[in-house]
Amino acid sequence: MATTEADTSTRAIGAAIKRVEDPRLITGSARYLADLQLPGMAHVAILRSPFAHARIRSISTERAAALPGVTAVFTGKDFEHLNPLPCAWQAGGVENHVVTPRALEIDRVTFTGAGVAAVVADSAAIAEDALELIDVDWEPLDVIVDGEAATADGAPQIHEAAPGNVVMDWSIGDAEGTEQALAEADVVVRQRLVNQRLIPTAMETRGAAAQYDPVTGSYTVWMTSQCPHVMRLLMTAFVFGISETKMRCISPQVGGGFGSKIFLYPEYVLVAAIAEKTGMPVKWVETRRENYTATTHGRDHITYLEAGATKDGTITALRVKTYANLGGVLSTIAPGIPTTLYGRMLSGAYRIPNIHCQVLGVYTNTGMVDAYRGAGRPEATYVVERAVDLIAREAGLDPVEVRRRNFIEPGAFPYAPASNVLNGLEYDTGDYERALDRALEIVDLESLRREQEQARGQGRLIGVGLSSYVEMCGVAPSAWIGAAGEGWGAGLWESANVRVHLTGKVVVTTGSQSHGQGHETTIAQIVADELGVPVEDVSVEHSDTQGTPFGYGTYGSRSASVGAVAVHNSVERIIAKATRIAAHMLEANPADIVYENGVASVKGSPDKGKTIQEIAAAAAVAYDLPAGEEPFLDDTAYYDPPNCTFPFGTHIAVVEVDAHTGEVTLRRYVAVDDVGRVINPLIVDGQIHGGIAQGVAQALWEGAVYDENGQLQSSSLLDYGFPKAEFFPAFELDRTETRTDVNPLGVKGAGETGTIASTPAIVNAVVDALAPLGITHIDMPLTPETVWRAMKDASASRTASQG
Amino acid sequence: MRVTITVNGARHEVEAEPRTLLVDLLREQLGLTGTKIGCDTSQCGACTVHLDGHAVKSCTVLAAQASGHEVTTIEGIKTGGALHPMQEAFWENHGLQCGFCTPGMIMTAIDLLAEHPDATDEEIRHGLEGNLCRCTGYHNIVKAIRAATATTQAVS
Repeated sequence: MATTEADTSTRAIGAAIKRVEDPRLITGSARYLADLQLPGMAHVAILRSPFAHARIRSISTERAAALPGVTAVFTGKDFEHLNPLPCAWQAGGVENHVVTPRALEIDRVTFTGAGVAAVVADSAAIAEDALELIDVDWEPLDVIVDGEAATADGAPQIHEAAPGNVVMDWSIGDAEGTEQALAEADVVVRQRLVNQRLIPTAMETRGAAAQYDPVTGSYTVWMTSQCPHVMRLLMTAFVFGISETKMRCISPQVGGGFGSKIFLYPEYVLVAAIAEKTGMPVKWVETRRENYTATTHGRDHITYLEAGATKDGTITALRVKTYANLGGVLSTIAPGIPTTLYGRMLSGAYRIPNIHCQVLGVYTNTGMVDAYRGAGRPEATYVVERAVDLIAREAGLDPVEVRRRNFIEPGAFPYAPASNVLNGLEYDTGDYERALDRALEIVDLESLRREQEQARGQGRLIGVGLSSYVEMCGVAPSAWIGAAGEGWGAGLWESANVRVHLTGKVVVTTGSQSHGQGHETTIAQIVADELGVPVEDVSVEHSDTQGTPFGYGTYGSRSASVGAVAVHNSVERIIAKATRIAAHMLEANPADIVYENGVASVKGSPDKGKTIQEIAAAAAVAYDLPAGEEPFLDDTAYYDPPNCTFPFGTHIAVVEVDAHTGEVTLRRYVAVDDVGRVINPLIVDGQIHGGIAQGVAQALWEGAVYDENGQLQSSSLLDYGFPKAEFFPAFELDRTETRTDVNPLGVKGAGETGTIASTPAIVNAVVDALAPLGITHIDMPLTPETVWRAMKDASASRTASQG
Repeated sequence: MRVTITVNGARHEVEAEPRTLLVDLLREQLGLTGTKIGCDTSQCGACTVHLDGHAVKSCTVLAAQASGHEVTTIEGIKTGGALHPMQEAFWENHGLQCGFCTPGMIMTAIDLLAEHPDATDEEIRHGLEGNLCRCTGYHNIVKAIRAATATTQAVS
């Protein structure tokens, strides 16, 4: 990395160590949910609504129950005793009209794919056969799928509890100041932006398995979850009404989540309840079609933006109104995504003196919408970065210069965005121009602009697009995000337990959960580095509520900046105790002991020291410990961050648009990210690669499409624009490193930056390519048809205006 | 019906319904769960295995069709306990994250290089058109396969 000093030390933190979890993954020996097989296990299949909005008059299950191999058939009435699923994050400070799903719906469905009956059978194939034999008497109702249209007068009403289909009406910022600044601005741009609905598509679909022990009355539930502790809490306390001690939740190997595996889903409750009712271990594995209809989607905003600036491009105001389509019922944290994680980040990387944002959460007859990689921050970045380019175009300025002019400068941190949009938090650290400059240098913008000019002369359309983002990681201080502030229904600290065994081998248990990120490697690196032991001596355990301390799990790029900080704090206390024991062993004063590279020695006598292995053995056998000292090196830490962390960077996309077909080719993609201190560059780069691919895919190919009847048209990998290898060039990455002062590790978070940054970079590039046609905006995805139509319309209107 | 099949060098005779897919036979009846199922429509390639030495999507082959043939799965590509060079290359180059697409990717990549030992990056990307990954943006998968190309060429 050109902008950071080459690290020639042997420190584990910062080393590109290959992942310790990989051997089981490359050999096929890792056990994912679908691979789980218990003796006597039965299989569950779920009958789902073919209608987007309908009343269930009756369900007849007799024919299905009579099929050989079928153990039982259940409908919603069999689980009436269970509560509906909780909505654990409601928009802060306003009334939320909450309707959530049940294990199986009882009398009405509000989206295609809602579960209404379940079959338990000897095999998954028989269970699916039996679904065909269930007869449901449906009464179809009027359907609305568009988030803006759903709020209009006369739109079909989905829930009595939510007049006008509004979940919540949430506003932040300074309405009056923004109004005035817009009125006084030299340049005002207005744009309606559609941030289309996406389908997360982790390669592993969801699933759950459960076993019930009638003797103890306790459940074991395996599930594809990013946060098994939270699942247990929500299921026991809110749905089943039993003690947490009566349920153990386990996430086996999890094959990607991207947010979609954060949530408590009806099927997890259903499978546990069926295990109890039948007394058999049962398993349900989602098909891809189910995954597309019944697993949460992401984004789906319709936004009206207005931005004001002076002639020189200084932004003076941003006003945003967003319709956030949340689907037919609310998923676990749905209202929090388009509010806290979206509206509060609308200042972007810029000093914008006046901001106002209104968000309407809306029910429609579509699948549930909740967090998807980036979750709110990609939508905010899209608004801000499109606004900056629109201002540049309108004012006749270079988009690079508009960004420079408005960047929050390095000396201004900690920075509180104007109009209190961040509700008391502050951007921690940053040097936005440095990342921009580095990206410009790599891409060589000057040559590109010359090439673009020449190409235009030949009728070829080349475009360059920038995206300078800041995002919010490490969610979050409990007191800030909790019920009284941002409406989150719990805390958001994280935990870790570190134990140094007699042999000096270390076991870390964490409440974080890895579903592809490589926690087992990065956490081992931190412990190895700080405790001074080999990486291979550290084993990291997670994802089982039995044997790991409570933790809120992995999402919001919080595992390094919250989870790993708990590990760090625990190691610090282990070192403090090891130092006291070493002092006793060396007959020295603890104040005179220095602990370095796994050895505690008396200051000035580095040759006479005790290794951590020797100290661990002494602590474990406990023959001779300092007075009052407990045996064993073992510590549990709980870390509640004082602030979030704010990674940033600049991405630049270079595209060429085929002037005849509208096809967009991504020629180059340069990303300069600053994620704070890097623990493992191999893993961080990998996270950014994957994030970029997802964000680019939104801009160019992906989009969930519902027809007016609420049928999902893009309901398989055949129909959805999922990207392939040949769609991408090799990505060109670099980084700057501006550490955070929020936590002692200096880490910010890297899991979502790529997705957050990339979407507007691509759209800005395509719009730049099409600038000669007078095009200032096209809604995503920028498929050949969409771009071709935009070009055709533009040339038609030019012809008309010339004629 | 009776299916006689050699998997990873071991001969099996199993009773299977005629509708049984090869992937289900491998996973459910032979316990070889390294081969994954990621879609219903033969798009994702997570189920890729070798049938008589060539990559196939085992969700699109009936067990009956594989009867009398040889199948190799991700569990069967080590030699003498040592990782296959393609497995090494994926590990070395961080060519996997969640690992779910990885068995299929590796099986496809081995076949790809067998057919095109000096594949360019472009050819590698094209060769992966039947295998989907959501985590890596394909960047390090391509890098891993390219690295394996170099290893294979150095050996030969």
